[in-house]
Amino acid sequence: MTKIVGKEQFSELVTLLEIDAPRIARQRKPGHFVIVKIGREGERIPLTISMADPEKGTISLVIQKVGVTSHKVTALNPGDELTDVVGPLGHATHIEKLGTILCAGGGVGIAPMLPIVQAMKEAGNRVISVLAARTKDLIILEEQVRAHSDEVIIMTDDGSYGQKGLVTQGMEEVIKREPVNQAITIGPAIMMKYAAALTKKYNLPTVASLNTIMVDGTGMCGACRVSVGGKTKFVCVDGPEFDAHEVDFDELLMRLGAYQDEERADYERYLKTIQ
Amino acid sequence: MTDFATYLKEERDQEWREELRKQIKNKERTSFERVKMPEQKPDIRNRNNLEVNQGLTEEQAVKEAQRCIDCPNPTCITGCPVNINIPKFVKKIEGGDFLGAAKVLKETNGLPAVCGRVCPQEVQCESQCFYTQKLKKPAVAIGNLERFAADYERNSGSISIPETDKPNGIKVAVIGSGPGGLAAAGDLAKYGYDVTVFEALHEIGGVLKYGIPEFRLPNEIVDVEIEILRKMGVKFIKNFVVGKTASLEDLKDEGFQAFFVASGAGLPRFMNIPGENYVGIFSSNEYLTRMNLMGAAKEEYDTPVLKGRNVAVIGGGNTAMDSVRTAKRLGADRAMIIYRRSLQEMPARVEEIHHAQEEGIEFLNLTNPLEYFADNKGRVNRMRVQKMELGEPDSSGRRRPVPLEGSEYDIDVDLVVVSVGVSPNPLIPEAVKGLDVTKWGTINVDPESMMSNIPGLFAGGDIVRGGATVILAMGDGRKAAAGMHKYIKHSIQKN
Ligand SMILES: Cc1cc2nc3c(=O)[nH]c(=O)nc-3n(C[C@H](O)[C@H](O)[C@H](O)COP(=O)(O)OP(=O)(O)OC[C@H]3O[C@@H](n4cnc5c(N)ncnc54)[C@H](O)[C@@H]3O)c2cc1C
Ligand code: FES
Repeated sequence: MTKIVGKEQFSELVTLLEIDAPRIARQRKPGHFVIVKIGREGERIPLTISMADPEKGTISLVIQKVGVTSHKVTALNPGDELTDVVGPLGHATHIEKLGTILCAGGGVGIAPMLPIVQAMKEAGNRVISVLAARTKDLIILEEQVRAHSDEVIIMTDDGSYGQKGLVTQGMEEVIKREPVNQAITIGPAIMMKYAAALTKKYNLPTVASLNTIMVDGTGMCGACRVSVGGKTKFVCVDGPEFDAHEVDFDELLMRLGAYQDEERADYERYLKTIQ
Repeated sequence: MTDFATYLKEERDQEWREELRKQIKNKERTSFERVKMPEQKPDIRNRNNLEVNQGLTEEQAVKEAQRCIDCPNPTCITGCPVNINIPKFVKKIEGGDFLGAAKVLKETNGLPAVCGRVCPQEVQCESQCFYTQKLKKPAVAIGNLERFAADYERNSGSISIPETDKPNGIKVAVIGSGPGGLAAAGDLAKYGYDVTVFEALHEIGGVLKYGIPEFRLPNEIVDVEIEILRKMGVKFIKNFVVGKTASLEDLKDEGFQAFFVASGAGLPRFMNIPGENYVGIFSSNEYLTRMNLMGAAKEEYDTPVLKGRNVAVIGGGNTAMDSVRTAKRLGADRAMIIYRRSLQEMPARVEEIHHAQEEGIEFLNLTNPLEYFADNKGRVNRMRVQKMELGEPDSSGRRRPVPLEGSEYDIDVDLVVVSVGVSPNPLIPEAVKGLDVTKWGTINVDPESMMSNIPGLFAGGDIVRGGATVILAMGDGRKAAAGMHKYIKHSIQKN
């Protein structure tokens, strides 16, 4: 059992939970994720760690309500408990002084992007962050990202905040303007697909952090497999970060949709039960 | 004569054994038919998840035990990886002392209720039985009797908690809670150590829980064994991946003096053929984990699983049988095994193959998958296979399958489970610097002590052997516990 010690509601859909996990807080590095399960009957879902406070022994997770499990998680409050939390899992982000780093985070992907922005900045890089979302409400952690970035560009689909347009527009603006040494992208698979296509055009090395369906998160099942450079990789143990130009995003999108029908039906049924 | 042979002879010479031998003539004993294990009917059980085998009744068990002629040279024992004193426990059953039989089993095997159900007896003890070897008749049903004695003890309410030495306060860690880890933990607790078992998943039991289905090994049986270990003082920490949640060094700093790694061979292998990543194609580990560990088929559980009408399971091992029979139970119209060799070469337990056949599983033997095809949403809908024939024996001694040119054809499938083997779990080998591993990723250990090249780090089970068996993992666990005991005593003396 893992206690929830803090909660912040970013928007109707997006919630930050701070949980008491001293060992994970001590071990985690930018890029790591945890697997969370609530209740005996719950499913195991991967959540990338946003920030951690090793002194206090806590980590924070940012969750967007999309289905039964994320709904249950975001409904929890300080004092409540998560049945199972395991981690930190996956390989940490490779942090190095490279020059200028372009960090592109979409939606809740901004949360796991934050520690990478911070670490890249601390390593001595010039960091430009592009934060993108559908609408103003879904742009999260802007202040914190600003604190560790040399520049922040905000993009919204509906133009309700920052510039109107997609993440790729914000990225291209930077790439055209100045030399960039590496791009990092975290967000919905479709966004990363287009971000990767853009940077490929400019031959800009790019890392994408993939969030596939997972079960165990320890390499045991292969639910998280994805083709990278024509080879099958397990995101939980070989990733979650890969060379974005080698990732087969179409396959990733197809596999992410595997349970769409079942999950939508389950979620609708669940929403009825809690009304 | 070796010590072990002397021990066996002394035991056999005991009065009660002689008495029993006299009661029935060998000629009569060998005329008895092997007692058939009561089973659920095939067309009923393939729609439920209850155990297939129902267990022998007391009368049946005694009757079967009477078949054993209590050989002066019990060859059956040579077939048992942990050297259970088989005739002794069988004769206890014949004499009606069922709890006594269970006690004999537990001298060498901590999980007899599990082994009685899942050991491949037909290639172990029962293959060396006098009946098989000399009479060419069905062996004494040693496995069924083992299960009977263990179940009898569990149901009697007087299950014994093994005695443990006075706590010595020395902390030792077991990594992984499969049969290897559980066996080591039990013995280490008996020696008086302060034992902690670390498990990555949210359940204790390893493959016994996430892999082997309820209809073959109910979880409840494993839980009883775990409860006994708890009562012996063993601590279990779930959701803890050693090497990630904490390093081995961290645990050393926290006072752990020695480690037993039983992290299993959890990594599923795929065939790397076109289309293998389509939706609806699973590894057997994923398929079985969703069902067994995550309860995917049950309404109240959140984890989903795709159901199939035409299910193909690739492979011929226990894992393949478990997967295909699970698919049938979930309502598949066609549940097929696709295996590239013939029935004779199948590595699965014969009983499972037999049960699968009875349950209406189709066997497409000498058939190999080539490619998968999918609908416009990426869900698999067809597969291409090729016929094979058997050629010369390969390094494993089995005849090598050779493709028959021009024999390709397509099968409609909407769910595929790939069950072509597993590789060792790389978490520990990756996390421990300087650890000596083979090119297959298994950990190299000294075969006597089970210690690796890192002092104080022991290993056993599938992480050392590759995909093997429950009983071999347990045997390793016990050996390693003895090795750790020696190592710790030695290092204490030195300091
Ligand atoms: C479906 C299936 C059916 C089978 N049927 C049979 C059968 O009928 N008869 C038979 O004899 N054998 C059978 N086997 C094989 C048998 O189950 C294995 O040989 C045996 O379980 C190996 O035991 P183990 O203790 O080495 O590892 P496992 O049982 O694999 O347990 C390893 C455990 O370690 C945990 N772990 C791994 N890394 C870490 C880490 N870093 N930190 C913490 N925990 C970790 C894993 O989560 C896992 O729980 C079957 C296997 C499968 C998959
Ligand atoms: S989630 Fe199971 S192998 Fe990656």
